[in-house]
Amino acid sequence: MAFFVPTEAEHVAPAEVADVELYHPKSWWTRYIFCQDAKVIAIQYAITAGAIGLVALVLSWLMRLQLGFPDSFSFIDPGDYLQFITMHGMIMVIYLLTALFLGGFGNYLIPLMVGARDMVFPYVNMLSYWVYLLAVLVLVASFFVPGGPTGAGWTLYPPQAILSGTPGAEWGIILMLVSLALFIVGFTMGGLNYVVTVLQARTRGMTLLRMPLTVWGIFVATILALLAFPALFVGAVMMLLDRILETSFFMPAIVEMGEQLNYAGGNPLLFQHLFWFFGHPEVYIVALPGFGIVSDLISTHARRNIFGYRMMVWAIVAIGALSFLVWAHHMYVSGMNPWFGFFFATTTLVIAVPTAIKVYNWVLTLWRGDIHLTLPMLFAIAFIVTFVNGGITGLFLGNPVVDVPLSDTMFVVAHFHMVMGVAPILVIFGAIYHWYPLVTGRMLNETLGKFHFWVTFLGAYLIYFPMHYLGFLGVPRRYFEMGETDFIPQSAQTLNEFITVVALIVGFAQLVFLFNLVWSAYKGRVSGRNPWRATTLEWQTPDFPPRHGNWGPTQPVVYRWAYDYSVPGADQDFLPQNLAPDQVTADNRHKDLPDGAVQPAE
Amino acid sequence: MPTVKLGLIVFLAVVTVVFSLLVAAYTHRMTLADWRPLPEPWLLWPNTAILILSSVGLQWARVAANRGRIDGVRVGLLAGGGFAFAFLAGQLLAWQQLAALGYFAATNPANAFFYLITALHGLHLLGGLVAWGRTTAKMWRGSEVAELRLSVELCAVYWHFLLLVWLVLFGLLLFT
Amino acid sequence: MNKGLVVGLVLVLVAVGSVVFHFLSPWWWTPLASNWGYIDDMIIITFWITGVVFVAIILFMAYCVFRYSHKEGRRAAYEPENKKMEWWLTGLTTVGVVGMLAPGVLVWGQFITVPEEASVIEVVGQQWQWSFRYPGKDGVLGTSDPQNISFENPFGLNPNDPNGQDDILIEGDDLHLPLDRPVKVLLRSKDVLHDFYVPQFRAKMDMVPGMVTYFWFTPTRVGTFEILCAELCGVGHYAMRGYVVVEEESAYQEWLQEQPTFAQLSGEARNGTGDVLNPVLSEAAADSAERGSVQ
Repeated sequence: MAFFVPTEAEHVAPAEVADVELYHPKSWWTRYIFCQDAKVIAIQYAITAGAIGLVALVLSWLMRLQLGFPDSFSFIDPGDYLQFITMHGMIMVIYLLTALFLGGFGNYLIPLMVGARDMVFPYVNMLSYWVYLLAVLVLVASFFVPGGPTGAGWTLYPPQAILSGTPGAEWGIILMLVSLALFIVGFTMGGLNYVVTVLQARTRGMTLLRMPLTVWGIFVATILALLAFPALFVGAVMMLLDRILETSFFMPAIVEMGEQLNYAGGNPLLFQHLFWFFGHPEVYIVALPGFGIVSDLISTHARRNIFGYRMMVWAIVAIGALSFLVWAHHMYVSGMNPWFGFFFATTTLVIAVPTAIKVYNWVLTLWRGDIHLTLPMLFAIAFIVTFVNGGITGLFLGNPVVDVPLSDTMFVVAHFHMVMGVAPILVIFGAIYHWYPLVTGRMLNETLGKFHFWVTFLGAYLIYFPMHYLGFLGVPRRYFEMGETDFIPQSAQTLNEFITVVALIVGFAQLVFLFNLVWSAYKGRVSGRNPWRATTLEWQTPDFPPRHGNWGPTQPVVYRWAYDYSVPGADQDFLPQNLAPDQVTADNRHKDLPDGAVQPAE
Repeated sequence: MPTVKLGLIVFLAVVTVVFSLLVAAYTHRMTLADWRPLPEPWLLWPNTAILILSSVGLQWARVAANRGRIDGVRVGLLAGGGFAFAFLAGQLLAWQQLAALGYFAATNPANAFFYLITALHGLHLLGGLVAWGRTTAKMWRGSEVAELRLSVELCAVYWHFLLLVWLVLFGLLLFT
Repeated sequence: MNKGLVVGLVLVLVAVGSVVFHFLSPWWWTPLASNWGYIDDMIIITFWITGVVFVAIILFMAYCVFRYSHKEGRRAAYEPENKKMEWWLTGLTTVGVVGMLAPGVLVWGQFITVPEEASVIEVVGQQWQWSFRYPGKDGVLGTSDPQNISFENPFGLNPNDPNGQDDILIEGDDLHLPLDRPVKVLLRSKDVLHDFYVPQFRAKMDMVPGMVTYFWFTPTRVGTFEILCAELCGVGHYAMRGYVVVEEESAYQEWLQEQPTFAQLSGEARNGTGDVLNPVLSEAAADSAERGSVQ
């Protein structure tokens, strides 16, 4: 009955694991702080990312207050405003989303889902987190140095980023670049783990084409990140030298405020190429894990196999490969050779095809399913809505002629918030509601969850959908205030006020979510093992929640793909990946079932 | 394949990207009108020879480890490490030569690239020397050849890789 | 009430609401004042293709949620793949993508191909103001170099280049353009990135220090249009404004006659009688430059 019948040839030998004794930490310190268990590292990553993410959330409130009510907040001046948007963007993209998807979900789920005991280099994995924490601290330090953090925009374009007309040009930009370089070093340590673990530590029977799409998404995203972050690293180091040693990698001859500077011969566009060679794959570094996770949420909660699994895997790989060929679509109006426009327009629109296939397959998984409208499912549906919306506006901006009037307007802001802000965050929420019981053994509160869901989904849509129209109107991004501008009607300001109010409400709902996270850890309903009746391995561990080493004395053996839901002939509507073929029907099953490992909780 | 070796290969892929991007940026910058190449210090030639010897030393250790001969491993490791330190010292001297002639990093873009490229390469070698130090320490404590074999092999692979990177970079600096 | 019905209805509301908002929105592009109607057309084409897909996907999802919501005894279909359907969907998507890409690249080809008869002007950006230069009688802009930039020579023109002597320099005043004549705008920056952006013209391009970039358009409507900066350039970014005046040929020529040439200005500067030519910061920008940091 299983979809893929295993053959001897498909079996993958599990990586050699050291003595299981290793997995019994001796002291409180090695258990909770300097811990090498990927699950603990994941939680450390998640808490750190969440904490710095809160800072970014508060910054977004401040900037929205300024945009909605431009004359009311005298404590915000134009320099502050630029610092808010810069730090908000950088934190959200790098220190929250990248760290949470790869360092958080990657660490927690990869070893469990592929049936490994842990990451293959646990010590390096632990170092990865501590270097990440250091990067975050350096970033935070920039708020307290003279001149404050950099206000160069999250793209950090030189020459502006290191000249005195931009706030934070004294210390902020230096700390920013150092922090980024540290982040990349730390990430590389983690990334090596994720890739090698997927390649070598899969348990017996877990072929590549039996892996859950979550693992596929994180795996491919990690490869992208390993190959893309070096571009940012090189760019950051070069800019650091330009700033400190006055080299001229990116700095041409410049006359700043009437004064000749000591730079000559550099090329600002070189930085933009390096930045976007990293920056575009970065979009998919955030998107691909989201794609993978949402596939698993939809499949599990619709009790139906993911539609077109192999196509989904190929789409992830194709998107990953193509993402290295589209970077200059961020630069149509940068002044680069305009003939590049033809090439990058084509690659950009081509990437829409595999992306669209993924969307169709999610929706087709719902079709003829048995849809349980649980919180994870609701968030998955909301993800599809916002992702399709944001993806579609990407087709506007990918077409160079359409990009010309819309670039650097609020349309761009609305687009990328919808597609790589709201959509991935909704997946993260869905994923947290889904896997929270695995981590804590308790369910998140459903009522608070419903409130959180509806306010976040509808609120975010109300914020960003109308914002596109400010872009059509021609309102530029990164403006402290519009002032009296001829072509902008008063109603546009009213819309800005509306957006600000909604943004504050949505922000408040996140505090409810935070409360729910803490409260449910102590008072939440006990979930029982496998509350969602999922097939994937992370729910089939002998201990629940899983302990260090994950699998007790023996690692599981995998007999089927991750999507055996509602298989005809089977008497329950899901077959865990490690359920032996001779146990699919009830008659056989009762004989030697490991206690409760595959039984639904309810 | 041993897990650590695959890890090393993935890491080398990342480092390859770093240096490829630097080469791309360098060649792009070269095409601009005001490019003035800097004279390569003659010291780079002996330095290159020393780095080759360093690689040979580690290869020697690797072969000896495969044959189970601890004395060969010892000679190879020490020679490899020693030459690597000599190379780094030589690179620092080359910097000094250039600075003495008035070629500072900020003077023109070719200089800036030269300092950046050599510094990054040197830092990677320094990182390799940490791994080399651990292996050597293990050897000193009297580990069996079999326990050393993998570490020695990884060091050798990393050294050959850095030698290759250096030859490419040196060629680039020479011919432009 | 049935959960599937509620969620399905909300999804329908999102789809329909978005469409209604689109048609009723008072926020739409400013009336066109250049030849780039094709750009507007491309946006409309893209809207139709993507809008249909968006609405179709959301409505289908709403239907699924409503129709296949969990009920006692329901069991999902087991169908791992359906090659035929997947290829159909891939094919249709490709058609839609080509429908946007093909006209897109055609218009892009026009956008980057400057007509021969276009006259040349130069826009110079600096923190945080615009200046403009016309080629003068000889129709050729003189060469410039950042190293020449000084108090007396804010454009950095080469004082020994005969082509530059009759160049007309406008600082701290509006840009004037003749109606219905194609113009190639050369863009230069003294300090950081800027972007010459007039929403009514649709076209725009970054200005990059160390390079000369360009775009072209034909003004098609008389009027005064506001220039904004569309590339972050520091604390005064939002206040970096200027005006373009598009007028009939005769009025334009009349205005042009009254403007000073480089030769005149440098003569005056030597004699110490000229107007002060230093950059005039707008009040807000100067103010913010002083205060520009959190601490």
